[in-house]
Amino acid sequence: MEALVELVRQPLFEPIDNRMIHASHLSKVYKTGVLETVALSDVSFDIKKGEFVAIMGPSGSGKSTLMHILGALDRPTSGTYILDGKNVGDLSDDALADIRNQKIGFIFQAFNLLPRTSALRNVSLPLAYAGMPKIEREERARKYLELVGLKDRMHHTSAQLSGGQQQRVAIARGLAMNPAILLADEPTGNIASSQSAEIMAIFQKLNNEGHTIVMITHEPDIAEHAKRIIFVRDGALRGDEVVKKRRIAK
Amino acid sequence: MDIREIIIEAIQTLTVNKLRTSLAVLGIVIGIGSVIALISLGQSSQLAVQNQIQSLGSNLLTVIPGAQTTGGVRGAQGGGTSLTLEDALAIGTSDQITTVSAVSPEYSARAQVTAGGNNTNTQITGVYPAYQTIRKIALSQGSFISAQDVASLGRVAVIGPQAAVNLFGEGIDPIGQIVRINGQTLRIIGVTVSKGGTGFSSPDDALYVPLTTAQKVLFGASHVSTIAVEAKSQEVMVQAQNEIGFLLLSRHQLSDPAEADFTIFSQNDILNTASQITSTFTTLLGGIAAISLLVGGIGIMNIMLVTVTERTREIGLRKALGAKGNLIITQFLVEATMLTAIGGIVGMILGVAISFVLSKLMSLPFAISPSAIFLAIGVSGVVGIVFGWYPARKASKLQPIEALRYE
Repeated sequence: MEALVELVRQPLFEPIDNRMIHASHLSKVYKTGVLETVALSDVSFDIKKGEFVAIMGPSGSGKSTLMHILGALDRPTSGTYILDGKNVGDLSDDALADIRNQKIGFIFQAFNLLPRTSALRNVSLPLAYAGMPKIEREERARKYLELVGLKDRMHHTSAQLSGGQQQRVAIARGLAMNPAILLADEPTGNIASSQSAEIMAIFQKLNNEGHTIVMITHEPDIAEHAKRIIFVRDGALRGDEVVKKRRIAK
Repeated sequence: MDIREIIIEAIQTLTVNKLRTSLAVLGIVIGIGSVIALISLGQSSQLAVQNQIQSLGSNLLTVIPGAQTTGGVRGAQGGGTSLTLEDALAIGTSDQITTVSAVSPEYSARAQVTAGGNNTNTQITGVYPAYQTIRKIALSQGSFISAQDVASLGRVAVIGPQAAVNLFGEGIDPIGQIVRINGQTLRIIGVTVSKGGTGFSSPDDALYVPLTTAQKVLFGASHVSTIAVEAKSQEVMVQAQNEIGFLLLSRHQLSDPAEADFTIFSQNDILNTASQITSTFTTLLGGIAAISLLVGGIGIMNIMLVTVTERTREIGLRKALGAKGNLIITQFLVEATMLTAIGGIVGMILGVAISFVLSKLMSLPFAISPSAIFLAIGVSGVVGIVFGWYPARKASKLQPIEALRYE
């Protein structure tokens, strides 16, 4: 009888291995003195492997807070976040550091490269934290810098690179550990619009190769490069739709 | 990342940010250098004061004729004729005396001295050669009264620089000049180095002649006015005083010390003053060291706090890329240790150099204390490392996004 119940039940759940992100009832409340600010309230969604999702919303909507929680850069006040089968909420700070290092490639709006440091060293940094030997590390960093089209600029420091080039270094850094998911927080927010297309082309190429990508943006043009758009407003989900007329960047 | 890689990473970080690194090193250099320079200068001054007191003769006992007290009335010191040359020689040769290293019998009187058309009233002191060592007389020219001069009643004199100017005028070489005292002619054979000091009995305004010449040729006296005795060390001063007292009492056939016809006084007054000055200096030095350590330490604390706090965002980024808290703390600890080590070595060299130059400029003896160096480097090192480590630890405990947002 029990076996039968199991059989009946099973199809009701999606196969666990197909879900990259499972977020359920995520909330984030900031306390400053007596004042409580609800940045995120009761947000639930799933993202499957191989998806390219854009999260859209006006500033102050809570989309950045959501992204930081997805990137394990911050902890939710309540709710469950399962990344690639691992419950991130239970982990210690050190275990979270390993998750960030191995499962997540994070791309910041402000690039966040180490100043006065070569592109090669910037891309090598997460590999060093993973304990990879120096020679292997530099070989891998070179490979990913070539992938983002910076073969000739490996030894340039951030000050010697344009905004778009810096963001490409950051993408190479995000990819270097071959993470389960690539998270990008307004990746085109700080660069010239002419260079935005290059970044989107790289994202679409990576997605075609099987990378799961989640990207925050407030620009509809940019969001339409994704396959699916989640809308966030006032800390809650307001919509979730498949992009019908998808833009393809060249 | 093993420790070797962390060290390489730290060196790269320090060389990449040259301005930040050099400012931090400068802060540490100034902190350590000023502490070493201040303490060393203090010690140089202390040494200078000690040397000046030593030059007065701190092991000196002075025997003068005259009773300590006679029936409750204290006699005038130095007025009597009870001490003789034989008393002085006995102090130098007696078996009862074990703690004396040198004896100088002296006869002093003031007299009119003439040379050519000039004349002056000055202190004439009849001396033995021992006078030079006991009273620490240095000569700028010629030689001092010799034993030969004393034995042969030599008609020679050593002159103080002030008396020489009074008699011969500026710029005239006194050596070989002739002076007349009480109708006798004496030839100048030496000039003393100026000791400074002014007034009635300035050592610069004086004439030194052989004791025998003073007694027999110039003044017709048979007694001595002072016997200066140098004890072997400061510790045996009291014993030396007792030995000399008993010897002189027995030589003068006196049984009751209360009837003594001489007075022995030591340089206890000077010694007391000296030890007071020294202890004041020690306190002063301690204060200077404490204040400069505090100031240097606060300087180092500030520069480390600022440079590390400024890197909170960098710490956030490193955490976001997967660095664990301990790795970040170790990295900053290695950087802080390197900064304080470099700053410490440069600061030590600078501090020693500054105190060397200043002591030369102020003509003080150069003194350097290893304990000051250890103290300066120890305290500054600990402060530098603690305040390089503390903000890094604080930042590494933040959630990465809080550190990344840090302004």
